[in-house]
Amino acid sequence: MSPKTLYDKIWDAHVAHEADDGTCLLYIDRHLVHEVTSPQAFEGLRMTGRSVRAPDKTIAVPDHNVPTTPGRENPENMTEDSAIQVAALDTNAREFGIHYYPVSDIRQGIVHIVGPEQGWTLPGMTVVCGDSHTATHGAFGALAHGIGTSEVEHVLATQTLIQKKSKNMKVEITGKLRPGVTAKDITLSVIGATGTAGGTGYVIEYCGEAIRDLSMEGRMTVCNMAIEGGARAGLIAPDEKTFEYCRGRPHAPKGAQWEAAMDWWKTLYSDDDAHWDKVIILKGEDIAPVVTWGTSPEDVLPITANVPSADDFDGGKVGAAQRSLDYMGLTPGTPLSEVEIDTVFIGSCTNGRIEDLRAAAEILKGKKKKDGLRAMVVPGSGLVRAQAEEEGLADIFRDAGFEWRLAGCSMCLAMNPDQLQPGERCAATSNRNFEGRQGRGGRTHLMSPAMAAAAALTGKLTDVRSLM
Amino acid sequence: MDQFTTLTGIAAPMPLINIDTDMIIPKQFLKTIKRSGLGVNLFDEMRYDDDGNEIPDFVLNQDAYRKAEIIVAGDNFGCGSSREHAPWAIKDFGIRCVIAPSFADIFYNNCFKNGILPIALPQEQVDVLMKDAEKGANARMSIDLDAQTITTSDGESFSFEVDAFKKHCLMNGLDDIGLTMEKAASIDSFESAASQARPWV
Ligand code: SF4
Repeated sequence: MSPKTLYDKIWDAHVAHEADDGTCLLYIDRHLVHEVTSPQAFEGLRMTGRSVRAPDKTIAVPDHNVPTTPGRENPENMTEDSAIQVAALDTNAREFGIHYYPVSDIRQGIVHIVGPEQGWTLPGMTVVCGDSHTATHGAFGALAHGIGTSEVEHVLATQTLIQKKSKNMKVEITGKLRPGVTAKDITLSVIGATGTAGGTGYVIEYCGEAIRDLSMEGRMTVCNMAIEGGARAGLIAPDEKTFEYCRGRPHAPKGAQWEAAMDWWKTLYSDDDAHWDKVIILKGEDIAPVVTWGTSPEDVLPITANVPSADDFDGGKVGAAQRSLDYMGLTPGTPLSEVEIDTVFIGSCTNGRIEDLRAAAEILKGKKKKDGLRAMVVPGSGLVRAQAEEEGLADIFRDAGFEWRLAGCSMCLAMNPDQLQPGERCAATSNRNFEGRQGRGGRTHLMSPAMAAAAALTGKLTDVRSLM
Repeated sequence: MDQFTTLTGIAAPMPLINIDTDMIIPKQFLKTIKRSGLGVNLFDEMRYDDDGNEIPDFVLNQDAYRKAEIIVAGDNFGCGSSREHAPWAIKDFGIRCVIAPSFADIFYNNCFKNGILPIALPQEQVDVLMKDAEKGANARMSIDLDAQTITTSDGESFSFEVDAFKKHCLMNGLDDIGLTMEKAASIDSFESAASQARPWV
């Protein structure tokens, strides 16, 4: 047999039909659904008299626009349009008989955190969701695609997705990371190196010693942002860490089925001489703690750098850089570490897991945030929140002056009341720094949880290594 | 789904790279449970000021481009979220075709599901089309999906690539789900084989 990449192997195991021109129906093992991109899809099913083909493989959770303050079970505490979307998900989940975690359930949270936490996401699976950060699930060696609402309807009705195969790209991070450097710095640095369109048309497999050394949570952070690099999906081959993470989760297999699953999962790696259409290699030791300065996730620089000028770029990027600098209100040449911030947001499907909260709490322990600054922590799920309470992290955050919120997407995309005001500058652990992403006119700097915590203490973008 | 065969119309120039889905339709408009009515909020934050007044500089607020049916844009158009609200808003405004050097993957796919034709061309050709678009309302571009050509107002013509299956669906306004359901037997047999091989799924 010819050598295969991990992507080739998962793909081959899921092709339900292939047309002469190579258009395939890819069978979908898990379909995750949230309130914002699904109402029109369920409505489409109703209008055509279709049903959900595999309700057992379909999991729904409201996350994007739910408030993160107490009392949210009561629709009166939501804006009317949000309440309508949440109610629609509620009705659709019950009517079509799919798995469902309403806001009143402690297991509710951001869809990409709930999936792995509950053991829905397992190695070798195909996973889709009407959300671009579905790439997160690739950390398990699952092929995970973000899809649009028409495709959500297609998967609901047929349990398949129409796809053509993507190309294979290998991103290798060699060696060890330096102290203070995290998974977030890896993933941002890769996008900085490849650009936001560098992965277009590819499925990326991340590998190398620095990736192997990451925990499952760190690997999810890396894969989460594969989409920011333009890739259709990001993958990491499963290993003992992966299997350990999955073992005993509510929806993971048990007993003989676990053994059978393990037999297959252990074959899920790229063969030595597999063909790669593109290869990127970064040295782990070259990666620094980074922040974004502009309005595209590719606008990445080490925290020790200065704000660039538009002249530093070529082609279409010159105009884009100038527009970013104007929007961000930054002067070229200013050291990034002198840029003052107004808000700190720790959360999102990129960095809202327990290890992220631990990393931030470690920096904040026994200290107070800068006066006048607004700081919030939004755990990625109700279970993450409960665990953080138990470990005493919640107290550290509260004592440091942070708001301790309920689980959801929150200020990652600001569809709920958690929003930046025009001109407000935020140190955020989320994944997008687009214009207006965190609120109209809001300015976002992306970074790791430890870096965001450091910024909360000083009121400026800060090199976390100076506080370690 | 709406068919797309040929189109002759006004093209709006948007010479900006990385036009993301948050620019195309900001999140406050994602709270709808319908597909229609999003056109007035297309490019909302670039198009209106804080008081909801039109920003005169913005291309779609200029008289020449109010009836644009084509957008010519920079690299990596539609990057960001999977929100299909982006093509819904574009379509609802009246745009049926977007031309750029490259597109983000999910957005590109979403266009075809909504009767919009995204065309990727080399930068030099997009530059020519951008110049043509900048001439305003009298310069109309023509697109012929069957022949896979774009013709500028000056008669200069470029050919473009499009996936044969996607082209077929778009030209005939076909519903993907209906087409897939015709292959139900294949899905059934895959499903039963897979449930033997991987019963834990
Ligand atoms: S946390 Fe942000 S990126 Fe993640 S699913 Fe929610 S809105 Fe999307």
